[in-house]
Amino acid sequence: MNFPELVDADLLGLIFVLIFLGLLVFFLVYERAGKGRLLRPIGAFERFKREIGLAVEAGKRLHVTLGRGSLTGEQAGSALVGLQVLERISRTASISDRPPVATSADGSLTILSQDTERSVFREMGYEGQYDPTAGRLSGLTPFAYAAGTMPVIFDEQVAATILAGHFGSEAALITDAADHSGSLTLAGSDNLNAQALLYAASDEPLIGEELYAAGAYLKAGAAHQASLRAQDVMRWLLVLAILAGAALKLVGIL
Amino acid sequence: MKISISAAIAIAFGCVVLLGYFLPVPLLAMLKDIFLQYGAILAAVALFVGLANLISVHWRRVKQGARGSFYSLVLLLAMGITILVVAYIGPTGSWSMWVFNNIQLPIETSLMALVVVILVFASIRLVRRRLNWFTLLFIGTALLVLLGSAPILGLELPLLHGSGSLRTILSQIPAAAGARGLLLGVALGTIATGLRILIGADRPYSG
Repeated sequence: MNFPELVDADLLGLIFVLIFLGLLVFFLVYERAGKGRLLRPIGAFERFKREIGLAVEAGKRLHVTLGRGSLTGEQAGSALVGLQVLERISRTASISDRPPVATSADGSLTILSQDTERSVFREMGYEGQYDPTAGRLSGLTPFAYAAGTMPVIFDEQVAATILAGHFGSEAALITDAADHSGSLTLAGSDNLNAQALLYAASDEPLIGEELYAAGAYLKAGAAHQASLRAQDVMRWLLVLAILAGAALKLVGIL
Repeated sequence: MKISISAAIAIAFGCVVLLGYFLPVPLLAMLKDIFLQYGAILAAVALFVGLANLISVHWRRVKQGARGSFYSLVLLLAMGITILVVAYIGPTGSWSMWVFNNIQLPIETSLMALVVVILVFASIRLVRRRLNWFTLLFIGTALLVLLGSAPILGLELPLLHGSGSLRTILSQIPAAAGARGLLLGVALGTIATGLRILIGADRPYSG
């Protein structure tokens, strides 16, 4: 009997998720008790935080583009991180004359981006200043989306563009527009092809899981710091499991 | 922690769908399928809301005479004509296919071709922007893989082409290993994001 027959894959998946959940709750309690450690500095987030302040002072706009991932698909995770980034910058930039603008290529993401901004404005007591067109559907196919996003960067005095979500090669058009308009680009994606492309084409690329750390670095709450710690532990568990699997295969047990 | 009705609904539905994936319980699997179908229907409705948003943004630009409002007008006219044609003839009708094959396809293909040029410039800018060992490694590897993907003037060089070439070794061992590492990181990040929503710590919706 081989290993997959011994351990059901579904059961293994459930155990994995439950361990992750247990660690998340454990670190959440730990963080809320004020025992959390400092995070290692990531240059992209340091520069981005500075840029938010500069944009507010200069009366310029911040632009978050959430990509073309569907909320019902496997790319939803990166888009949800993008919404978290939008929430954080909306909070900081709500006092600005030009509140942040969000673009996406999915209807549900557009609604959520409008809802995110509206709830921040309501919470801050500026609901009257909320503009529903600050959350926009810029196109439905990848290149229509890029073509619809480029004028936002060119025409709306954008100081920084944040690409956070699921992208493909169309992301190059968006970063190029940002480069021509002189705005900073901070970019991360769940797609490996887009990550390679954004490494070359953006000012501050976020590689691998760095995108998912955005909430923790932008101080979105203890849960984000806790999930980052849980991810670290799970990563080590995975490394050990891979090494153990390789060793067992080598000696012929698997 | 205060839980609103919307958060309670999101958590409950999320838990049922998650358990439906892992546990061999027919009721959970059936509920998971039903909820996912509802999700797909709601996503389709959201598409219409998004289209209404697209029209309102560009209509406002036309009314205000904003910079580039001519292009907004073109978009509105093109959208209106396309919707009329598709509604009258059907999505696979001859006129609908003509619009797709002669307008949308060439425009999107030309934008795709533009990406190649943009990437060449981006590589040059990368050297100016972040000149370090990683950048040199990135560009060097990209050039090696590009050169090795086809014979050069009909010649196949031993180091660049063939099954045992440097290009093959690079793409099959370090690149594949790195890609798998990155994918593991992305998967962990995605699970963490999902779990934060399931415990109500993250709420990408009002409430």
